[in-house]
Amino acid sequence: MAQNRDIEDLIDLMAKLPGLGPRSARRAVLHLIRKRGQLLAPLATQMQRLSDTARECLNCGNIGTDDVCDLCTKPDRENGTLCVVEDVADLWAMERASVFKGRYHVLGGTLSALDGVGPDDLRIPKLLDRIITENVSEVILALNATIDGQTTAHYIADQLEHRVTVTSLAQGVPIGGELDYLDDGTITAALNARRKL
Amino acid sequence: MLYLNELTLSHFRSHKFSRLHLDGRPVAIYGANGSGKTNILEAVSLFSPGRGMRRASASDMTRRPEALGWKITGTLTRGHRSYAIDIKSENGAARRVDLDEKPIAQTALAALSQVIWLVPNMDRLWTEGAENRRRFLDRMALSFDASHAEASLAYEKAMRERNRLLKDQVRDPHWYRALERQMAQSGCQIHAARLHTLAQITAAQNNADTAFPAADLALDQGQGDMPDTIDDFITALADSRGQDLAAGRTLIGPHRSDMLGRYAAKDIDAKDCSTGEQKALLVSMILANARALAHQTQTPPMILLDEVSAHLDAGRRADLYDEICALGAQAWLTGTGPELFHELGSRAQYISVSDQGGISEITQHEAAAQ
Repeated sequence: MAQNRDIEDLIDLMAKLPGLGPRSARRAVLHLIRKRGQLLAPLATQMQRLSDTARECLNCGNIGTDDVCDLCTKPDRENGTLCVVEDVADLWAMERASVFKGRYHVLGGTLSALDGVGPDDLRIPKLLDRIITENVSEVILALNATIDGQTTAHYIADQLEHRVTVTSLAQGVPIGGELDYLDDGTITAALNARRKL
Repeated sequence: MLYLNELTLSHFRSHKFSRLHLDGRPVAIYGANGSGKTNILEAVSLFSPGRGMRRASASDMTRRPEALGWKITGTLTRGHRSYAIDIKSENGAARRVDLDEKPIAQTALAALSQVIWLVPNMDRLWTEGAENRRRFLDRMALSFDASHAEASLAYEKAMRERNRLLKDQVRDPHWYRALERQMAQSGCQIHAARLHTLAQITAAQNNADTAFPAADLALDQGQGDMPDTIDDFITALADSRGQDLAAGRTLIGPHRSDMLGRYAAKDIDAKDCSTGEQKALLVSMILANARALAHQTQTPPMILLDEVSAHLDAGRRADLYDEICALGAQAWLTGTGPELFHELGSRAQYISVSDQGGISEITQHEAAAQ
């Protein structure tokens, strides 16, 4: 016990963060308090600022501090190609690779009738709007290879049939991966998607 | 050959600490009702993927009242190699499997050990609902091909999603098509695996010199046939949507299949056979499953036969023991008394189990105590 209500409250809040448990939250809070000049105060200021300004982009669903995010407004991004991802974390992963130069659309989850998540909960209507308004010619479905992810991919592909080109990310051997460590399903997918050298 | 040469049960059901030293011969376990014989078989069943022969949760397997969790340790010999396998659950948590002290997925056990079983609640298999016959068939299919479990899970998940749409009277055709495509892909895989399994079992029955009656086996769909291709299945599901909406569930697909059995020599349905004949048909199928696996992998599986002698006369029992020994499988058999294993003689190892104040005590014997 830290014996102080404010400190305990902060530890309880920090312990709710992904990747942190009560023990690591205590360590983090102790560290912040010891370095309150360099860390705690700037962190509190930055968190307050973000709390006031953070919002979802009205266009693509990315997180930013304006109504329309930087990625949607940047003039050097290519129009016409739209990469559909489940979550903002997936968008960030794509951006880390710095390969894709088009625009994004974040669904905010996957279809799941059992969990009561339908197309209208997923920004799919907005995706259909954007295809027309932004004159999109290709939609890249970068959805997770789970059953819900693939159901959502099929759903979107079905909606867009004959309207735009719909592609999905390839499945197979990861770069630097060893065959010996791959599961049977991945090896099967990789073999089916083999390419001529 | 595949066998456990050491097995330790710690706080597992009625066993506080039981250790067996084995040499690959069949293991005959005898003792009074409730002494803890079947618990040993259940522990062995956990050396294959799935929830074991009782389909129990990990927390149900812990010894009470202590409820500390449980651990099963086994040294598994396969061919010339030996593997240390630990299976444990702590404080009611999900089961964990370690192979040679490294954690592995439970499904990875499929590549190492195959375990098949016949338990008393299967005695009514031919007379009860189709669900248990499908489960019996799917376990056989799984023993031949580990990917059958994945296809079954994928199909089940997509179908539950579709059933929810049907129940909620959702009409969005795109959503249905997305789910139906997934159902068709996994459903066709399931159907093909089941047909392949029946063909394997039939061939193994026909090619064997066995005292047990052959069963003519077939898959039945109830209404109509199972579509042959993924595209046909997608079309069939789309066509059936109206009826399914009215019913609130999916009316076609491999979840509606039934395994039909006939006593071939007498040409009568298995469900109309006597209790003993029904049991003999099941024994015949389990032995055929073991032979087919031995043929496929060059290694006979471990076979668990719980109270199998209950409906078999002395002659049939002797035939069963001869066939198990000829297969070279480590079979685990239970019975209430040592006399049930008389015909096995020195071809088996013997273990007696007794209940000592709520704790199972085991004793290994060189021969069945009389």
